[in-house]
Amino acid sequence: MKYAFYPGCVARGGAPELYDSALAVMERLGIEHVELTKAACTGAGVLQEKNLKMGDILNVRTFAMAEQMGLPIMVLCSTCQGVMSQANHRVKRDPEYLAEVNKHLAAEGLEYKGTTSIKHLLWALIEDIGLDKLKETFTRELTGMNMAPFYGCYMVRPTDALEFKENPTRETSLEDLIEAVGGTVTDFAGKTACCGFPILFINQANSMKMVANHTGTAKDLGADAMVTPCPLCHLNLDGYQPKARKQVRGDKADLPVIHVPQLIGLAMGMSEKALGLQKHIVSTKDMVRKAEALPVKV
Amino acid sequence: MPDTMNVKLRVKRYDPADSGGKTWWQEYEVDIHPDSTVLDALIQVREHEDGTLAMRCACRASICGSCGMKVNGSAKLVCKTRVIDISPNGEQMTIEPMGNQHVVKDLVISLDTFFNQIKRVEPYLKPSFVPEQGEYTASNASMENLLTSMNCIMCGCCVSDCTVLEVDSNFIGPAALAKAWRFTEDPRDSKRDERLKALNDEDGGMWDCTRCMKCVDVCPKGVAPMDRIMEMREAAIAAGNTNTSGYRHTESFYNSVKKNGRLDETRLAIDSAGWTNIPRLLDLAPIGIAAMRKGKLPPLMPHKSEDHKKVRDLYKSVEDES
Repeated sequence: MKYAFYPGCVARGGAPELYDSALAVMERLGIEHVELTKAACTGAGVLQEKNLKMGDILNVRTFAMAEQMGLPIMVLCSTCQGVMSQANHRVKRDPEYLAEVNKHLAAEGLEYKGTTSIKHLLWALIEDIGLDKLKETFTRELTGMNMAPFYGCYMVRPTDALEFKENPTRETSLEDLIEAVGGTVTDFAGKTACCGFPILFINQANSMKMVANHTGTAKDLGADAMVTPCPLCHLNLDGYQPKARKQVRGDKADLPVIHVPQLIGLAMGMSEKALGLQKHIVSTKDMVRKAEALPVKV
Repeated sequence: MPDTMNVKLRVKRYDPADSGGKTWWQEYEVDIHPDSTVLDALIQVREHEDGTLAMRCACRASICGSCGMKVNGSAKLVCKTRVIDISPNGEQMTIEPMGNQHVVKDLVISLDTFFNQIKRVEPYLKPSFVPEQGEYTASNASMENLLTSMNCIMCGCCVSDCTVLEVDSNFIGPAALAKAWRFTEDPRDSKRDERLKALNDEDGGMWDCTRCMKCVDVCPKGVAPMDRIMEMREAAIAAGNTNTSGYRHTESFYNSVKKNGRLDETRLAIDSAGWTNIPRLLDLAPIGIAAMRKGKLPPLMPHKSEDHKKVRDLYKSVEDES
């Protein structure tokens, strides 16, 4: 498989370990990629609050670049996935609007025909590679590791733009992955809720309550770590966990929040350093030790 | 297709008369017609298994908005929800009262929370003129524009599942904000700017929505409250309301992509706090230092996308157009 790779701003900024671990996992799987270095930010739904059409034009420009290369887009971020899927959904169902958007792209010699698909690494692994094939690359079963899924709003809503009906595995993709690595799912109601990141700078008190509730609840239920396909959720749930837990629950940050390729990398036997697990704010040491103590397959 | 199917229900019960107000889970099993709704199954329980089960319903046709409940964790009108779609293989389903609202008994919630939120937006027309003749008129197109919000049947599903209300009962909520939008867009109303300013300025107003889309997902009538909130934010900004972190956040994001083709995370944090807001800036510092120590501070000088000048040209072509 080969993808037009769109890592997103956060994987290239505040969460570099996501970029590094994704590349390591993709290389192990023989997934080829061409990075879309000329593409712009998706707007993350924020830019769209000021100018929805501007956001759609920026995203359609990215789709047209991938279309010219004849490749599907792979993203590493729930928010990129959701915002791009919504833009794609809007222009694909309205040819007049697409023509209007394309007018702005003509100066760059781009025209989008509506054929690009956008897949998060998590979806691509399940839908294009297959969990059975993925499992063949694992050297260790993460038996007894309790993992709480945390999707990020944009990976679960709205389901029509995300094409859940056409791709029924998407609804339980994280749980399926956790089970594929041999782990146990720590199920909790907050897994499809908001992490609080979008209001971090607007209403920090509310944002902190969300961080403390989600990480505290998962920990109380026995989770060793939380795993998320969204680096924005990660920034808030990991970076602000010490502050949130102290402020809201009066306890300490104790739940590592890891990225999807880091979980896969652990099952592939990759080192803590190769996966950037030492770069987290909440220590991943206990979790890594527990994983490394598990027997290696021969 | 067989004549009946078996439904297993796990219902959250609450009896205020019990000492201290007891909550417990109760399991039921009934045989119903395969086309039945979840409401049909609950009525079957109440009529044949357990007459003490309290619930509210009326029209059975998703018009009255009485039967909102949580089915497997998500708010739904149970009269509009078929059993077979929830439990295609006879799986047990979980029924709870709606969230974020006071439970009266079992599956019945109080409507006070909902209507107190609605009242906060003064949901009635405020015209500042009296037409010389006849009625206040509005064009067909202007009314069609309002159809989304006017479809609201006040069932409370959006309020139930709102992720902000879960942590902040002062948030005005998705239903009330969608209702407010309806009045800001109505040509017969004369208080558009005042309404936008009030919802822009007040604690728990339009900027406290996290854009999680739960309300869009659970609304049974296509109101899409969050989309209405986004339109109101755009309108509030256009009307000159620039005094909020929300505005600064949006503006900084917009300009960062314009300048770099990418997001400048460091600048976004500082812009949103406000460059002269010393306490907020000091608050950011420890987070920045912790990130730096782990080798993950976003670069102080932002990465630019390779073709960022072309992105700027695009911005210009869109901005010139409007």
